[in-house]
Amino acid sequence: MELLGNLALGLGTAVTPWNLVYCLIGVFLGTLIGVLPGLGPTATIAMLLPVTFVLPPVSALIMLAGIYYGSQYGGSTTSILVNLPGEAASVVTTLDGYQMARKGRAGAALAAAAIGSFFAGTVATFILALFAPPLAEVALKFGPADYFSLMVLGLVASIVLAQGSLLHAFGMVVLGLLLGLVGTDVTSGTQRFTFGIPQLADGVGFVVVAMGMFGLTEIIRNLEQEEHRSALAKITSLWPTKEDWKRMIPSILRGTLIGSAVGILPGSGSILGSFAAYSIEKKVSKHRAEFGKGAIEGVAAPESANNAGAQTSFIPMLTLGIPSNPVSALMIGAMIIHGIQPGPSVIRDQPALFWGMIASMWVGNLFLIILNLPLIGMWVRLVMVPYQYLFPAILVFCGIGVFSLSNSEFDIYLMALFGALGYLFSKLGCEPAPMLLAFILGPMMEKYLRRAMLISRGDWTVFFTRPISLTLLVLAVVAMVLVLIPEFSKTREEAFREEAE
Amino acid sequence: MASPAQNPKDFWTGLIYVAFGAAFIWIAQDYGMGTAFRMGPAYFPTVLAGILILIGLMSLGRSFFRPGAPITSFTVKGLLIVVLSTALFGVIVRGAGLAVALPILVIVSGYASVDFRWGRMLALAAGITVFCVLVFLKGLGVPLPVVGPWLGGG
Repeated sequence: MELLGNLALGLGTAVTPWNLVYCLIGVFLGTLIGVLPGLGPTATIAMLLPVTFVLPPVSALIMLAGIYYGSQYGGSTTSILVNLPGEAASVVTTLDGYQMARKGRAGAALAAAAIGSFFAGTVATFILALFAPPLAEVALKFGPADYFSLMVLGLVASIVLAQGSLLHAFGMVVLGLLLGLVGTDVTSGTQRFTFGIPQLADGVGFVVVAMGMFGLTEIIRNLEQEEHRSALAKITSLWPTKEDWKRMIPSILRGTLIGSAVGILPGSGSILGSFAAYSIEKKVSKHRAEFGKGAIEGVAAPESANNAGAQTSFIPMLTLGIPSNPVSALMIGAMIIHGIQPGPSVIRDQPALFWGMIASMWVGNLFLIILNLPLIGMWVRLVMVPYQYLFPAILVFCGIGVFSLSNSEFDIYLMALFGALGYLFSKLGCEPAPMLLAFILGPMMEKYLRRAMLISRGDWTVFFTRPISLTLLVLAVVAMVLVLIPEFSKTREEAFREEAE
Repeated sequence: MASPAQNPKDFWTGLIYVAFGAAFIWIAQDYGMGTAFRMGPAYFPTVLAGILILIGLMSLGRSFFRPGAPITSFTVKGLLIVVLSTALFGVIVRGAGLAVALPILVIVSGYASVDFRWGRMLALAAGITVFCVLVFLKGLGVPLPVVGPWLGGG
């Protein structure tokens, strides 16, 4: 019953007129960037972060969360209609979604994605409401050693889930941790790796890195190839047939379950969920032969999974104050700017904020289904906006946005530098996401490591004698060993190859 | 990029990791190491940089045995235009003001596109500039001039 009371409190916060407006703006922008190829949620949230400084904290977080799960939704539209995944998590949806569209069943595919996403979003909201408070209770018992081990687990998870070479992802994580240490060392006051540049004394802003490596790098990559746009599929009837319903309901349930579970893992988010759901669906479905040729299960399951995962990925952030992906890292940044210390005490000290954000996710999902199905024609026309108009605009928003963070031209130069660095790494097959996560965790990890060692008087075994810390480290080792086992690593490579094609 | 190894991606990534690791260790020498009990400012970075060098060496080593796909060609034009137009924006924004810096950023970066046309780009530049002045300057109060001191503005 406490749960219902809490949700009522949250709903009360979420449905105030202004918060409804911000939620609507968030999911609208999210859908927009999900539809537009070449602009992902990380770059968008980074660009909009300065805008949210003037909002009350609840409204800011409601809007930012809306952008994230809204983008999962918008990405599916373009995957189905034009075979262009607007967003990384929608890549698997192109496999069957576009094939359905080519067979004249675009409407049914869109409806399956929308209904699946809405159902998954609703379930994930309840999962969040159910599991976050007890997890926060556990988190209150965490000592410095436990936090350190948790971050190790998160980073290991991000390595395992990264595309391409494991060794290189590991390297990106270590490099990210190192770059995160640039600036003044809090304990000793020493300026580290600043080359005497005063603007580096506070470290490199993570929004600067995010805009560089996600915003600018994406633009350069997109400029590599000439535009190719597939023919637009026609939408006839949106309503799925009885046969469609019968086939998609179990897939939606499975997708929701897989997506929610995978989303909670630190370091994952929605991408893994969608392709895990797709490969499982492919194994259990009665219509196995239809996969890749327009099976409705192949749309319903991954779309449910990525939406569920997008929402449950907020659990580590809300309960532990630890980001699980670049998006939640940016939101933690927003909380800190608003004077809220992210962590297990948020639930207790800021119940309206915590429950308001959770309730807003359900409201946002309702908005999404309203925004998407009737307005589908408008979104489709947006896909056709040529990239040559889009990227100068993205560049402008990155430029002004990054300047406005601390009114410094230096940040603009740094962003350009990270854009170039990100491009170089992308050519070498090294993904930027694990590095950005590590970049944010770097200073936190050092802080907790120092504290843990100070408490244990320099005894390294503290990480193995505390039960929480030991459990987390064992999990990290298991994850590492699993990917190194040839059988499993082959599946991982196959899954990513499927995603890349 | 050509490389003497069988796997150019492994080779160059390894080289970059070793270079970064070495640079971090070299710079960190000036800071205090401390002990595991009381870690100095150099402790954590030195350990990390050591790990990075190790990873880099492993990548370098295996690049000579395990063949891999070549690195696809770089778009030097796209890279230079995006990086330089962004940097140029930073150089001139305070002095020239948004009304000048934004159109320059739009047009110079738009030049990277295969299908560049003056008329459309000018219209786009005008639209973006008006939008940004309204949102960022009037709305959010970012302290930048519309017309900067170089051009007699304030």
